[in-house]
Amino acid sequence: MELLVNYGGKTYVLPDTIVNTFVVVIVLAIFGILVGRKFKRLDPAAKPGKLQTFMELAVEGVENLVVTNMGPQNLKFAPYIFTLALFLLVSNLWGLVGLTPPTSDISVTMALALITFILTQIFKFRSNHGFFGYLKSFTEPIVVITPVNIIGELANPISLSFRLFGNIMSGGLILTLVYAGLGMFSPIVAPVLHAYFDIFAGVLQTFIFVMLTMLYIGGDAE
Amino acid sequence: MTGITSEAFILGCSAIGAGLAMIAGVGPGIGQGNAAAKAAEAVGRQPEAQSDIVRTMLMGQAVAETTGIYGLVIALILLFFRPLLTAYINLGL
Repeated sequence: MELLVNYGGKTYVLPDTIVNTFVVVIVLAIFGILVGRKFKRLDPAAKPGKLQTFMELAVEGVENLVVTNMGPQNLKFAPYIFTLALFLLVSNLWGLVGLTPPTSDISVTMALALITFILTQIFKFRSNHGFFGYLKSFTEPIVVITPVNIIGELANPISLSFRLFGNIMSGGLILTLVYAGLGMFSPIVAPVLHAYFDIFAGVLQTFIFVMLTMLYIGGDAE
Repeated sequence: MTGITSEAFILGCSAIGAGLAMIAGVGPGIGQGNAAAKAAEAVGRQPEAQSDIVRTMLMGQAVAETTGIYGLVIALILLFFRPLLTAYINLGL
């Protein structure tokens, strides 16, 4: 669904991907508040319920992933990684309910990739002791290779965002074509394509985005 | 060539360009096939490490896919955002 926003006498169109992003954020926020409130009142001696077991498994899994990929000194990134994984998982699976996935918009994926990029640059600054060390780190191993290093650094957020965007967007596009082209026969083919493009590709791309984020940040946050 | 407006010609050429851009899909296909073949070999040699091998394979394949995705993005831009048509209209001929 698209929203029309009237502001200062002009009408702006909010695309459905942006609206769906806000819906995903609100849904996840309500989920988080409810789970947090439930766990705060929990009796530590009691037998753990299904939700508690699941959440403990998920949190421990993410913490293990962070420790193995970024080292135990970077455990403070675990909340960010978990938030990112949860947001991406829910948005990639958003196509299953018939709505446009938020990640099929380049602005959403580019924003997430830019967070990674800025964090990487901040940690490069820190690990190279200031601005001149940071600039000097681009001229290694020899001075001639500087443009290659700069392009390589700038290519990271682009490839990170385009990979997620292209996968989710192409899946949605192919499914739209199938629904439009086959008409009433589409329920025969569509479930298989939904299973592949939404569930398999969605979960895989979530994992890969989170994994690469950890590797990029962990590589510079020594 | 009579009866074809310049706009229609540009749109048709953009469609051909989008189709040509998708030739980029050949490279990732070969690369992912190679990775899967090596992973199958590795699982055959060491079946107990299967989960690790599959995870590494999927990671590598997803990274190798990037070049194909670039081609796809170019095709999508040519088809849906039509920069060439906009450029032609802006020329004001």
